[in-house]
This record gives sequence, structure tokens and C-alpha cells, in this order.
Amino acid sequence: MDVTRRTFGRLTAGAAAAALVPALPAFAGADPVQEAIMAFTGGATPAEGGIDLTTPEIAENGNTVPIEVSAAGASAILLLAAGNPNPGVATFTFGKLAPNRAASTRIRLAETQEVIAVAKLEDGEFVMVKNTVKVTIGGCGG
Amino acid sequence: MAKIKPRVKVPRSAAAGEVITIKTLISHPMESGQRKDKKTGELIPRRIINHFTAKFNGEVVFDATIEPAVSTNPYFAFDMIVPEAGTLTFEWVDDDGSVYTTEKKIAIG
Repeated sequence: MDVTRRTFGRLTAGAAAAALVPALPAFAGADPVQEAIMAFTGGATPAEGGIDLTTPEIAENGNTVPIEVSAAGASAILLLAAGNPNPGVATFTFGKLAPNRAASTRIRLAETQEVIAVAKLEDGEFVMVKNTVKVTIGGCGG
Repeated sequence: MAKIKPRVKVPRSAAAGEVITIKTLISHPMESGQRKDKKTGELIPRRIINHFTAKFNGEVVFDATIEPAVSTNPYFAFDMIVPEAGTLTFEWVDDDGSVYTTEKKIAIG
């Protein structure tokens, strides 16, 4: 194909757009969340799967959103809310007498956002899961 | 300030090796430190429960480090295998240094 001035413009525009699209979500992923995950895993990137996070699809009241997390063989689970002023929610640690490494609690969500759970497994691996929760009335602040 | 009162739901007895569900709740405002006093416009200082631990006969079963994003009256539910008769102790640590504790006995049978 001959690269004329006109096609050149089209080609570069397409390439630029393609380069931008994957870069954007990574950038919007915000540093505090990434930092919190890295601090928990010690720099390891967690794999997907092997952990269950149960959240409501729509939370009418962001002040108390019931959530449940479970990960077989996890020794610790970190919970994060990516859209809150501070992403940290809680860190659970389980002893030998906890059979299924599951816990439920109620959390605050400021707005519609992703809730992230990262589990540290007993073999030293890390797994994570993300769920989006739509929040009608935000918690925090007021 | 409402009185801070821990509440725990644990079966009184269980078979050895049985898995039981423990539900805990403590009445606490969990002031996040983000809210403003509507009259003065000043930030209400943070005051939350920052740590919760459940132990069975001295051995940790469940432990939570808590941030302000946990709701008012923090609630936690988790499971435990009952290996023998014993005592569950629960401990909540407040930002102001107070520690609230409660105990539950579990019998076998």
C-alpha cells in the first residue's frame, strides 16, 4: 500500500488511539490502591481467581454495604475500596481454627466503585478479585 | 455518646470438630474523621475501632485490622472449628485506647 499524506494521517491516528486506550485504565487505577496491594503482597502481582467476593450489585445506602469474602487456604485477606477517600477497608487474618477462611462484614462506600479483595495464601501466593458496586447514596462525609 | 456494647452470637454447645458460625457486633459510632460538624464546619475527629481479635483458649481464630471504611457498629461474622470445650474471648480496640472485651463458653455435647 502506498502511504499518501491522507492515509498516513489515518494510520497514525489509529495507532495513537490504540496506544492510549490500554494506558488509560492503568493510569486511572490510581496509585494508593496499587500501593496498598503492593505493600500487602510485598511487590508480587496477585493472580486472578481462587478467591470469592460477594457484594451487592447495587447498594442503596453506601454507609452499610454487606460484603463477604472467602478464599480457600488464605492466611490473610486485604479489602480495598478503590473509590473511597482512603482505599483501605480492613485486613483479616485467620488462625488454624478457621475452617473456610471466610468472613463477612459491612463497609462504607463513598460512591459507585470497585471493591477489591487480595488474599495471601498459605503457600505464599497471592490472588485477587474485583467487584463493582453501584452506590445510590454515598457513605463517608456528609 | 451512646454506650459501647459488644454483642456476640455463639452456640452454647457443639460437637467436637463441628464448624460453628460466630457473629459479632459492637455498638460504636466509627467516626471516620472525614465528616464535618454541620454547625461549626469543623472536622469531627476520627474515632474508630481499629482492631478486633477473636481467640479460642488463647489461640487466634480471626483477627481484623480495621480502617474507617468499616461501617458504624462494626459487624464481623466468621466460622470456627470447635476442637474441644473452651472459652472464646473477643477484644475490640478503640482509637482512644479503650479495650472492650467479652467472653463466651462453648461446651461439647
